[in-house]
Amino acid sequence: MNIYLQTLKRDLRVALRNPSSVLNPLLFFIISVSLFPLAISPEAAVLSQIAAGIIWVASMLAVLLSLNALFHHDFENGILEQMITSHHSLPLLILSKIFAHWLLTGIPIILLSPLLGLFLFLDDEGIKILMITLLLATPSLSLIGSIGASLVVGIKNSGMLLSLLILPLYIPILIFASSAVSQAQFGLTIDGQLYFLAMFLVLSLISAPFVSAIALKISLE
Amino acid sequence: MSSLVINDLSCQRGYNQLFSNLSFQVNVGEVLHITGTNGSGKTSLLKILAGVSAREHGEISWNQHSVKSEEYRQEVFYLGHQAALSGELSSLENLEFLSALNKSTDQQQLIQALGDIGLKGYKDEYCANLSAGQKRRVILAGLFVSKAKIWLLDEPFTALDPTGVKIVESRIEKHCNNGGLCLFTTHQDSALANQRVLAL
Repeated sequence: MNIYLQTLKRDLRVALRNPSSVLNPLLFFIISVSLFPLAISPEAAVLSQIAAGIIWVASMLAVLLSLNALFHHDFENGILEQMITSHHSLPLLILSKIFAHWLLTGIPIILLSPLLGLFLFLDDEGIKILMITLLLATPSLSLIGSIGASLVVGIKNSGMLLSLLILPLYIPILIFASSAVSQAQFGLTIDGQLYFLAMFLVLSLISAPFVSAIALKISLE
Repeated sequence: MSSLVINDLSCQRGYNQLFSNLSFQVNVGEVLHITGTNGSGKTSLLKILAGVSAREHGEISWNQHSVKSEEYRQEVFYLGHQAALSGELSSLENLEFLSALNKSTDQQQLIQALGDIGLKGYKDEYCANLSAGQKRRVILAGLFVSKAKIWLLDEPFTALDPTGVKIVESRIEKHCNNGGLCLFTTHQDSALANQRVLAL
């Protein structure tokens, strides 16, 4: 079997045998979203207006929470060293790992979002757009996150540093994605926002694996 | 004849100059035992040769191929301090991935290699449940089935019992007789015949 598929399979298998690492960020996502109606107001009119923003912020933080695990274990047990010394392409090996990360965090977040949208009285159109923006942008979150995760891989307690490095890069995604949903609720066109998110995805797809590979090599020296 | 040529290599870690102007050559069929006190740069030298660490300056070549070339990396197997195993995977699953990262080997050979190194019946055991010596044996099994010519072994005998050490030594000799070469570090006395010693 192809080494890149094998890397993907290995990461999925490790995650499924140690499910808490996958479930923790998802539980955080659900819990944090469901606390907002209790704290702000249970009224449909209020909640439906801020629903997209809440879900987007929570999913961003959930992804951030899961990023530490992306390279940490492989760094500790020496598998990253083996990946670097191997003759296979390191950026592509990293891309397989990022894809596995997206399958384990991005996809569950997309699948959970309609349910959480209903909690917050988001209408059908809003939920549809929310899912489209999540589908377009969660891969970017994993890709950009991998750059940060590879930069801090050797550092202990790097959670704060990782957020400082990554969150500024997430901000444009947050702005365009949540504005797409709220504009759709008013019946306005949202092509611009979707094109921007797609552009961001392409840009991070072609750059993040290479930047992460360089950063990992620096971290391991 | 193929040989690994190191020319004028220097390495610095922090404020310490570990070694400088190091030049040597290892031909196919040779074993080089790297010795030195703690912190003398044995691991750093092997990491530089494996392409994990950057060198300060100097040249490394294998048949005119540089460290970064694919031709060189295909021929290298680096065994570091860590086990390179995931506790959540079984020995066989770990070994399959490890061998795929180098040049893949079929499953039967891997099972055979695990048996040869004394882990018969442990192929489906999670690596988290193995002892330190057994983990070492799993990755050594990966080394023995690899087709790499250049073996860079950092403390290969750590945590191994005397029988394990004998197995590894005989495999190193066999590897060198079959056209490979091996550089290794150890603080134990090694009984390998025909080994050269490089003191850092």
